[in-house]
Amino acid sequence: MNERFDAIVVGAGPAGNAAAYTMASAGLKVLQIERGEYPGSKNVQGAILYSDALEKIIPDFRDDAPLERHIIEQRMWVLDDESFVGTHFRSDDYNKPPYNRYTIIRAQFDKWFSSKVREAGALLICETTVSELLVDGNRVVGVRCDREGGDIFADVVILADGVNSTLARKAGFHAEISPGNVALAVKEILFMPQEAIEARFNITEDEGVVIEAIGKITDGMMGTGFLYTNKDSLTIGIGCMLADFKGSPNRTSPYAVLERMKKHPAIAPMIAGGEMKEYCAHLIPEGGFYAVPRVFGDGWMIVGDSGGFVNSVHREGSNLAMTTGRLAAETAIAAKEAGKGFGAASLKAYKAALDESFVMKDLHKYRDMPDVFHRNNQFFTTYPELVNRAAKTMITVDGVDKKTKEREIFGDFRQKRSLVGLMGDAFKLWRAFR
Amino acid sequence: MSDAPAPRKPAGRGGRNLELPEHLKAYKGVWVFIEHDRGSVHQVSWELLGEGRMLADTLGVALSGVLLGGPDDNLTAFANEAFTHGAEACYTVRDAVLDGYRNEPFTRGLTDLVNKYRPEIVLLGATTMGRDLAGSVATTLQTGLTADCTELKIDPTSRALAATRPTFGGSLLCTIMTLAYRPQMATVRPRVMAMPKADTKRSGAIIEDTLGMVETDIVTKLLDFIPDANTSKVNLAYADVIVSGGKGLKNPENFKLIWDLAKTLGGDVGATRPVVQSGWVAAERQVGQTGKTVRPKLYIAAGISGAIQHRVGMEAADVIVAINNDPNAPIFDFAHFGIVGNAMTILPALTEAFRNHFAIRRMKAA
Amino acid sequence: MHIVVCIKQVPDSAQIRVHPVTNTIMRQGVPAIVNPYDLFALEEALRLKDSFGGKVTMLCMGPPQAEEALKRCISFGADDAILVTDRAFAGADTLATSYALASAIRQIEKEQAIDLVFTGKQTIDGDTAQVGPGIAKRLSMQLLTYVSRIAELDLANRTITIERRAEGGVQLLKTRTPSLITMLENTNELRFATMPDMIRAARYPVRKWNKDDAGIEDLSKIGLKGSPTVVSKVFGPTPRAVKAEQIPVDKATPRDIAVNLIQAMFTQHPALEQDMLERAPL
Ligand SMILES: Cc1cc2nc3c(=O)[nH]c(=O)nc-3n(C[C@H](O)[C@H](O)[C@H](O)COP(=O)(O)OP(=O)(O)OC[C@H]3O[C@@H](n4cnc5c(N)ncnc54)[C@H](O)[C@@H]3O)c2cc1C
Ligand SMILES: Cc1cc2nc3c(=O)[nH]c(=O)nc-3n(C[C@H](O)[C@H](O)[C@H](O)COP(=O)(O)OP(=O)(O)OC[C@H]3O[C@@H](n4cnc5c(N)ncnc54)[C@H](O)[C@@H]3O)c2cc1C
Ligand SMILES: Nc1ncnc2c1ncn2[C@@H]1O[C@H](COP(=O)(O)O)[C@@H](O)[C@H]1O
Repeated sequence: MNERFDAIVVGAGPAGNAAAYTMASAGLKVLQIERGEYPGSKNVQGAILYSDALEKIIPDFRDDAPLERHIIEQRMWVLDDESFVGTHFRSDDYNKPPYNRYTIIRAQFDKWFSSKVREAGALLICETTVSELLVDGNRVVGVRCDREGGDIFADVVILADGVNSTLARKAGFHAEISPGNVALAVKEILFMPQEAIEARFNITEDEGVVIEAIGKITDGMMGTGFLYTNKDSLTIGIGCMLADFKGSPNRTSPYAVLERMKKHPAIAPMIAGGEMKEYCAHLIPEGGFYAVPRVFGDGWMIVGDSGGFVNSVHREGSNLAMTTGRLAAETAIAAKEAGKGFGAASLKAYKAALDESFVMKDLHKYRDMPDVFHRNNQFFTTYPELVNRAAKTMITVDGVDKKTKEREIFGDFRQKRSLVGLMGDAFKLWRAFR
Repeated sequence: MSDAPAPRKPAGRGGRNLELPEHLKAYKGVWVFIEHDRGSVHQVSWELLGEGRMLADTLGVALSGVLLGGPDDNLTAFANEAFTHGAEACYTVRDAVLDGYRNEPFTRGLTDLVNKYRPEIVLLGATTMGRDLAGSVATTLQTGLTADCTELKIDPTSRALAATRPTFGGSLLCTIMTLAYRPQMATVRPRVMAMPKADTKRSGAIIEDTLGMVETDIVTKLLDFIPDANTSKVNLAYADVIVSGGKGLKNPENFKLIWDLAKTLGGDVGATRPVVQSGWVAAERQVGQTGKTVRPKLYIAAGISGAIQHRVGMEAADVIVAINNDPNAPIFDFAHFGIVGNAMTILPALTEAFRNHFAIRRMKAA
Repeated sequence: MHIVVCIKQVPDSAQIRVHPVTNTIMRQGVPAIVNPYDLFALEEALRLKDSFGGKVTMLCMGPPQAEEALKRCISFGADDAILVTDRAFAGADTLATSYALASAIRQIEKEQAIDLVFTGKQTIDGDTAQVGPGIAKRLSMQLLTYVSRIAELDLANRTITIERRAEGGVQLLKTRTPSLITMLENTNELRFATMPDMIRAARYPVRKWNKDDAGIEDLSKIGLKGSPTVVSKVFGPTPRAVKAEQIPVDKATPRDIAVNLIQAMFTQHPALEQDMLERAPL
C-alpha cells in the first residue's frame, strides 16, 4: 500500500489552497492534487479579491501577493440599448489601508497562494486528475488518480474541485447540477496602457474601479456584466443563467452577449483600443442557499464552488471559497487533536461553523433572489428601458414642464407593466433582499 | 541567447568591454561557409553569398567562400559557381578526412582557416550541418554567434555586424552584435534571404590550404549515409507555389481539398503545426518557426489563423492569399488577398476556376 | 552507467504576449515549462537507463524557480537534480552558458564518471541550438547533434553508434563515449509519471549550486561579462502597412469569389500568371 496522509485536498483553487494551507500550517501531513498544469492554469482570470477572508488565513498577504489595484469606486449601471442610468460610489475611505478589495489576476494569484501552501509544508501534485473517491462502506478513505499507482489514502478528503464537482456527484453526495442553478460567464482580458486606464477611470496608480451592469445587454436573460480595472489591463465579462442560454429564443451565445456589451455606447469608449489577451468561459454556481448540498460525511468535506458557496447577488465567490476551505481545515485539525476520528460525527462541526459564519448567513438572506430574477425577466428587459427613458425625459430640456414629464414617465411604466405588476415586482425584490 | 529581456543600452553593463581590442582590428573580410554534400551545394550558401556581398560592399572588403571537402568532391566547380554568386575568392581545403561531414575535422578546418586568414564575419546556413559546425567553431574561437538571423546589416557607428533574429517564438525581434570579439558569426535559415542573380562573367581566386589531420586522429567514424527515400519530391522550402491548410479544415477528409488545389496549380502542400500534430500530413510539410521557412511566389493559406509562429515561416512569400471565415483572423493583417468565407466551399471553387482559367489562357495562346 | 541531461526552464512561448504598447515581453502569468525539446533528451536517457541500469542526473542553470522544472524531470524517473543558480550567471549568452554548464558537468564527473551528456536540440526561447555543441567542445567530448536514434551502446568498449539527421538523409556515426548528444524532437514519446514518482518529485530536495559549487574558475567567462554577443535592440515585428485586399463575398457565389480572386491577383501580378501557366499540369 502507498503511504498515508492526514488529509488529501482535491483542487488548488482558493478553496483548496485555503484548506491545504491551514492544515499544513498546523502540522498535518497534506497532499494536494490539482489536474491543471499548475495552480491557476484552469482558472478564469481577472477577479475581485475580498481581503477579509484571506486575512484570516494569511494575515500579511499584502506583503507579497500579486495584487493589481485596490477598489475605490463601485459603479452600478442599468443599460438600455443606447444609454445607462447609474450610481457611482467613490470614497476616499477606500484609500486608507488596509484595503478592503483588490483586483487580481487569478492565474498569478493562485500561483502565489500555492507557493505559500507548499512553503507551509503541503505536497502539491499537478497534472493529475482525481477520478474517484475510494470508499470503504460509507467512509471515504482516499482518492484514485489517473496515474499508475494512483490510489492514495488519507484520514479525510476535502473536495475543493470547483463548480463541476464530478467527484461528489459520482460518490452520490450531489445531484446533477441543474442549468437553473449555474450561470455561464465569459470574460476577456484587454490590454491597455496603465496611463490610459488611469485617465479613463479617473484614478491614480494602484486605485481601481468596478462597474457592474444589468439591462438589455443580456438579451432578456438573467445576468450581469462587469468591468474591472487591473494594472495594465481591463477585465470585462458577463454571465447569464445556463438555463436561459439554453432556452433563449434568439439562441444568443455567451460570446454574442459579451460582444454586445462591448459595443454598448456606454462601454465601448472605456475599452476602446484594448487588445484582447485572453478569453475564457466558466460556470458559476448560483443556486444559492437552497442549492447547497450536504457538505460533510464520513471522511469527507466539501468546500468552495464545489459546495455551491457563491453569493451571486454580491458577486462574491472566492471569499466564500477561502472561508469554507479554512473552516473545513480547522474542523480537520480539531478532529485530529481530539483523536476522535474523522467520521461524520466529528466533521459536523464544519457545518456548525459554516452556519455561524457570514457564508450561510448571507446565502440565507438572499435565498429567494435567484428565483425571483429567474422568473421575472422584466428586470432585464422592460425595466432598463423604462428607467433610461424616464431619466432621459426628465433630463432633456425641451420646453415641456416637469409635471407633464412625470406623468409621461408614469404612463410609460403603466403601459409596459400593470400597476399590480409593478407593485408585485417591487414586493418580490423587497422580499428577496430582505 | 540570454533569456533576460534585452537591456536597451547595453554599453558597459556588468563591467564588460564593448570596444574592439587593437589586435582584433586586423580581422578583415566577409566569409561564407559553402555547404555541400554528395555532389551538390546547398542553396542556402548562394543565398548567403548574396547577403555577404552587400555586407562586404558596405564595409569595402572582400567576400570569400570556404569549401572543405574530400578528394572526389568537385570543389573547383563549386568555387566557380560561388564566384558567379558574388564571391571574389574561395578558400578550399581538400583532404580525405573531409569526405562527408563530420564535426571534428570540419571544426578544425574552419577554425584553422579563420585563425590564419582572419575574416571579420563568418556566415553559415542554419542547417543541421551549419548549426553543428557554427556552435563548435564559435566555442573553439571563443567568439559570439547569432543563430537563425533574418536580417544582416552593418551598424554604421561600430561597423559591426548587426544581426536581427526572432526571439520568443517570433513575438519579438532582437538585433545582436558582437562588439569586442572576432570573427562575428551568424547562421541564417534556408530561404530567409533572397537568391542572388548569378553572373556567369564573374570569376575569382582559389586559395588552397591543407588540413593537418589524419584519419586516426578522428574518433567519430561515418559508417553510412542513408538518403531520404523521397528526395525526388519537391523540397517545400524551395517550392514556388504552396497551398497550405490549417486546423480550420476540421478533418483530414477536408484537407484533401488542399491537395486538389495544389495539384491543379502544380504546387506543393504545406500545413500548420496542429495539422501536423493531428497526423493529417507528414511533419516535413510544417511551415513556421519549428517547421520550414518558405518563400514561394504564391502562398494560399486556407483555414489558418496566422499565428506568429506560422507567420515567420511564410511571410516572405511574394503573394499571400488567405481564406478564413473569421474576418478578424490575424492572417488578414499580412496576406495580400483575403477571402472571408468557408474554405470547404471556396477551395473547390478555386480549383475549378484556376483550371478553367489556365485552359482558356492556353486556348488563346494556341 | 551515468547520464547527465541538461534542461532549461523556459517561458511557455505559446502563451507569451508582447505588450502592444511597450513591446516588452509580458512574463507575468506566463507559465514556465521544461523546454519541450529537452524532454526528448530526458526520455532517451531514461530508456538507456531502463536497458542498462545506472543513473540519470539532471542539470539546469537558471533562477531559483527553475527548481520546479527539475522536479518535473524527477517525476519521470530521473535520479538526481542539480540547479546551478547564482546572480553571477545572469545575462549569459550561449558561450557563457556552455562554459558554466561544462564546469558543472566536470564537478558532477568528480562524484561519478559520466558516459553520456544529453541536451535538447534547441530551446524555444533562445532557439540557438548552440549550447550543446559548446559544452561538447569545452569538455572535449565527441559531439553528436540531431540524433534521431541510438543504434547501439557498448558500455564495455565505450562506443556508441547513432543515427543523425542531416540534409537529405541520415548519417550513421560511430564514436567513443563519453560523448554529447543533442536529441532530435519527436524521436520518442515521453512516459507518463507514476503517482509514487510524482510524490517523490514533489518532495525531492534539488541540489543548488552557486558559482563556486559549480567549479567556475574564470569569472570573466560567465554571465554578461563572458558573453560576446550584445543585444542592441528589441522590437516588435513591423505590421504590414496595408491589410489584405478583401475579395467581396457578399451575395457572391463561391465561383464568383474564386474568379474575382484570380482576376485581381493576376491583374496585379502578371508575371505570376505566366509563371503559373507554365507550371500547371495540363
Ligand atoms: C466569470 C467569473 C467571475 C468571477 N468573479 C469573482 C469575483 O470577482 N470575486 C470573487 O470572489 N469570486 C468571483 N468568482 C467566483 C470565484 O471564481 C469562485 O467562487 C472561486 O474560484 C471558487 O474557488 P474554488 O477553489 O472552489 O474552485 P476553483 O477555483 O474552480 O478551483 C477548483 C480546482 O480544482 C481542480 N480540479 C477540479 N476537478 C479536479 C479533479 N477531479 N482532480 C484534481 N483537480 C481537480 C481544478 O482544476 C481547479 O483548479 C467569479 C467566477 C467567474 C466564473
Ligand atoms: C514553440 C512553438 C512553436 C510553434 N511552431 C509552429 C510552426 O512552426 N508552425 C505553425 O504553423 N505553428 C506553430 N506553432 C503553433 C502556432 O502557435 C499556432 O497554434 C498554429 O499555427 C495555429 O494553427 P492553425 O492556424 O491551423 O489553427 P487555429 O489557430 O486553430 O486556426 C484555425 C483557423 O481556421 C479558421 N476557420 C475555421 N473554420 C473555417 C472554415 N470553415 N473556413 C475557413 N476558415 C476556417 C478559424 O477562423 C481560424 O482562424 C508553434 C507553437 C509553439 C508554442
Ligand atoms: N541554462 C541552461 N541550463 C541547462 N541546459 C541548457 C541551458 N541552456 C541551454 N541548455 C541546453 O542546451 C540546449 C540548446 O539550447 P540553445 O542553444 O539555447 O538552443 C537545450 O535544449 C538544453 O538542453
